[in-house]
Amino acid sequence: MALNKLKFNSINVTPAASEAIRFNSGANGLETASAGGSLTKISTSTASSSSTIDITSGIDSTYKEYIFIFNNIHPASDNVNFTVNFRDGSSAFDATKTTTFFQASNDESASNGSVNYESGRDLAQSTGAQMLHSGVGDDSDQCISGVLHLFDPSNTTFVKHFLYNGNNTHNSNASIQQFVAGYCNVTAAIDGVQFAMSSGNIDSGTITMYGVT
Amino acid sequence: MALNFCNNNSLSAITSIPAAISGGALNLISTQTASSSSTISFTSGIDSTYKEYIFKYYNVHPSTGASLYMNLSADGGSNYNVTKTSSAFRAFHQEDDGGASITYLTGYDLAQGTGSQRISGAINASNADESCSGTLHLFDPSNTTFVKHFIAETNAYGESVYSHQLFIGGYGNTTSAINAVQFSLNTGNIDSGTFKLYGVS
Repeated sequence: MALNKLKFNSINVTPAASEAIRFNSGANGLETASAGGSLTKISTSTASSSSTIDITSGIDSTYKEYIFIFNNIHPASDNVNFTVNFRDGSSAFDATKTTTFFQASNDESASNGSVNYESGRDLAQSTGAQMLHSGVGDDSDQCISGVLHLFDPSNTTFVKHFLYNGNNTHNSNASIQQFVAGYCNVTAAIDGVQFAMSSGNIDSGTITMYGVT
Repeated sequence: MALNFCNNNSLSAITSIPAAISGGALNLISTQTASSSSTISFTSGIDSTYKEYIFKYYNVHPSTGASLYMNLSADGGSNYNVTKTSSAFRAFHQEDDGGASITYLTGYDLAQGTGSQRISGAINASNADESCSGTLHLFDPSNTTFVKHFIAETNAYGESVYSHQLFIGGYGNTTSAINAVQFSLNTGNIDSGTFKLYGVS
């Protein structure tokens, strides 16, 4: 017995690449649209003894916000800093930045928690890389995980704000939650982001980039 | 064997789809764009559908020097005057490397106040590239047993010289459902900016 296959014409929607069928906003018809809700996965970068992880595609005017989720970023060397920098039109990752940096920390061996502004880790109109985590340990179970938000990177009127919150197993066996915020003080579009260690490679870990619609 | 065929008419009768193909965990409810707006108010879409609502605001720019505020309503937006208690602290740093600090801001918090809650540092209107961007989380607004917690995190570029990251946490001290949220400035209009409301499923 022959079976008829469902054709797009029969449900009266226009086909579109990488889209799915969903109910429309009136809940009275169907339409093609993103199947993933408002958080759309764009790419995943996996470190494997990588000197840097450069994300140079997918950052454009499609989304007003990009979210980078770091999972289990493990350095090849001990006591190194994990950093980020931004590309603003050329091939170099050198956008001028002003930032803030503070952290909450507590040791595994003693209850000596504290919260402090770290004036040596912020930037004031610097083109250098912004530290996201300091003193990351390279024990086999030590790593960092966190979330970076980059707002409206393709806007050519305003500066480009970013916010970061992540946790770090410090080489001294401490938990350090580190908060970074600031702006790329440029009106040029930001079209690339680079992650690196201050010394040595990124041994392993994943960085997944999402767009927020 | 009888087969059901799919066509326009048969699909029009569908009233639900399996959860497995729902739209994902972050669901855009509405978007508003400021254009010399005195306020941006979300008066629909905040109900028991979601346990958490997220407001995102991008490049909010004032018409005169001002800061961004928010308030809550329990009557659909007729009045934005829910009683709130909150905390506020900021991380601050200037482009000349001065002022680096983290500070609790007693002038920004509320103690059973019904006025609007400040959620950004000051933004200067005369500098075209100044703005603030950030996120406000509102938890379980339709719950009628508990208070209504909220958390905001905003970065502002102000006076052409500083980065101002402001953290706000607090609660609407009411067991009434919160069903509207309003954004405004302490003075003047919101010249431009995009505001989005999401539900978290």
